[in-house]
Amino acid sequence: MLLEVKDLRVYYGKIEALRGISLQVDAGEIVCLIGANGAGKTTTLKTISGLRKVSHGSVTFKGGDITSMPGHQRVTLGLCQSPEGRGIFPGMTVMENLEMGAYSRKKKESEIIAADFERVFGLFPRLSERRKQVAGTMSGGEQQMIAIGRALMAAPDLLLLDEPSMGLAPKLVTQIFEIIREINSQGTTVLLVEQNATQALSVSNRAYVLETGEITRSAPASELLNDDFIRVAYLGE
Amino acid sequence: MAMTAKRITQVTDSALAPLFKSLHSLRTMWQRAPKWARATGYLFVIVLAVLAPAQSIGNFMAPQSDWRTILFYPIGSYILLALGLNVVVGLAGMLDLGYVAFFAIGGYSMAVLGVNYHWSFWEILPVGIAAAALSGVLLGAPTLRLRGDYLAIVTLGFGEIIQRVANNLTITGGPTGISGIPHPPSVGTLSVLSYGVLDARPYYYLELAMIVLVIFFTTRLEKSRVGRGWVALREDEDAAELMGVPTFTFKIWAFAIGASVGGLSGVVYAAKVIAITPENYPLLLSVLILVCVVLGGSGNRIGVILGAFLVAWLPERFRGLANYRILIFGAILVAMMVFRPGGIIPAARRKAELLEGRGGGAHLGGEVDIEQPGSTPEV
Repeated sequence: MLLEVKDLRVYYGKIEALRGISLQVDAGEIVCLIGANGAGKTTTLKTISGLRKVSHGSVTFKGGDITSMPGHQRVTLGLCQSPEGRGIFPGMTVMENLEMGAYSRKKKESEIIAADFERVFGLFPRLSERRKQVAGTMSGGEQQMIAIGRALMAAPDLLLLDEPSMGLAPKLVTQIFEIIREINSQGTTVLLVEQNATQALSVSNRAYVLETGEITRSAPASELLNDDFIRVAYLGE
Repeated sequence: MAMTAKRITQVTDSALAPLFKSLHSLRTMWQRAPKWARATGYLFVIVLAVLAPAQSIGNFMAPQSDWRTILFYPIGSYILLALGLNVVVGLAGMLDLGYVAFFAIGGYSMAVLGVNYHWSFWEILPVGIAAAALSGVLLGAPTLRLRGDYLAIVTLGFGEIIQRVANNLTITGGPTGISGIPHPPSVGTLSVLSYGVLDARPYYYLELAMIVLVIFFTTRLEKSRVGRGWVALREDEDAAELMGVPTFTFKIWAFAIGASVGGLSGVVYAAKVIAITPENYPLLLSVLILVCVVLGGSGNRIGVILGAFLVAWLPERFRGLANYRILIFGAILVAMMVFRPGGIIPAARRKAELLEGRGGGAHLGGEVDIEQPGSTPEV
């Protein structure tokens, strides 16, 4: 087991945003968390990556307890998140953004880092064409590519993706999900948070359904895709 | 209303465009210039600064007051303070409204240790710097978890508290302050290195040396790993943490470094003026130094120096206009913020940050959630 979250509770002031969430991610999987707005999807990811304080429960990564480890140290363990929306560095160029992804890696790794740049440019040829463009001036889809590419530059074993399809045109959405599948086939485990449940479920192995801070369902993705209740509630059918 | 403002901006933009364009091409030229050319450039500026106290220059620059005194304070002191505040505001992107506190801590270190314990200037200097840095850390540790407006309010309070404390303690002399502060020891018999009461030049040269040191140190820092971490922190704190930047530690570092420059400048200032009182450290000074940074171009060292020079010099140059000069000065500041929000020489990155609508203004407490273009589908 790569990641294990046990009975996680997180508060914003007095409001309980997560009410005891437990989930697991095994190496090699794509797992997705689906749920409506405000269900706690983003909070779950932020807590796993260390941006939110845990009031109860535990997070275990590669067998070690990381519940109270600061976020910036979790990157070196091989856990990296691509933040929601426009979580890029707007004033930096594409190249500088990607370099920030490798910020926590050691200099002597420079050859492997160079190979990772090639990997990212292979996945996103668009970024390769625009290495020197300032990231803040690029389109929503391109910024999403930067965010994912930047997270990959940390060479994570577990990649956390927060709403990678948000605000993108349908054609781009399909493309982004294809890329997620490609990243996974190259050996990176993916934990994905999505509102676009159809697409997310079709690339995932397993899925959790989140409702007002609690996990209400956990099943193989294909099962949820064919589930009548899920179809009505999340797939808009 | 908004429309007219926008049109005015556009009109003025086009009127001033050639000036800004030439500023911009000057910058690219400078960045592409070979090493020797840049070294010559730096040397030229330093020579200019060394010759600055000359009477002939003073006759033009400050016909109504003593140019050499003005060169030391406010001009030199503002530049030093602005360079220090620029680390906090310009590089790390935090809003500090109580920066004068560190200037005061440096000043009172000099005064208390010099008068009561008879330490010499060079012994006090490191202590004053350390005291300011330490107070920066002590203030930062509990408050740097706050963002934007909240941090601004806490620092604002800190600036006020330091002044009140100085006003009420016996050791700081209360409202009457401390007098008889020793001068730095003179070196040899050279007149420019003899620290006395009448000649302001030796103090100016001391300050100039400090400015050069601070520029050198902060430039190195900006290009280091810490500097890159600051840029990331300024542009998106959460993303920076996710990429492995120890954001909290780096914020403390920025605060401590900024504070120590403030302390340094405070020690030098107190060593010249003989007597200090709490009134030397008003809130207005914090605001003015912030104006220097923002006006010149937050994050751009040359811009900040230019901004500090203008803020310090213009009111002295136009002393003849009596109280109107403050009015005119205020109008210029407002106009600048409308027409050139990035400052006279904006940092290259800052432009893109302002364009994005978040980064540039966010650290100044105004995190405006504009409708994000990403929320509408695009191809």
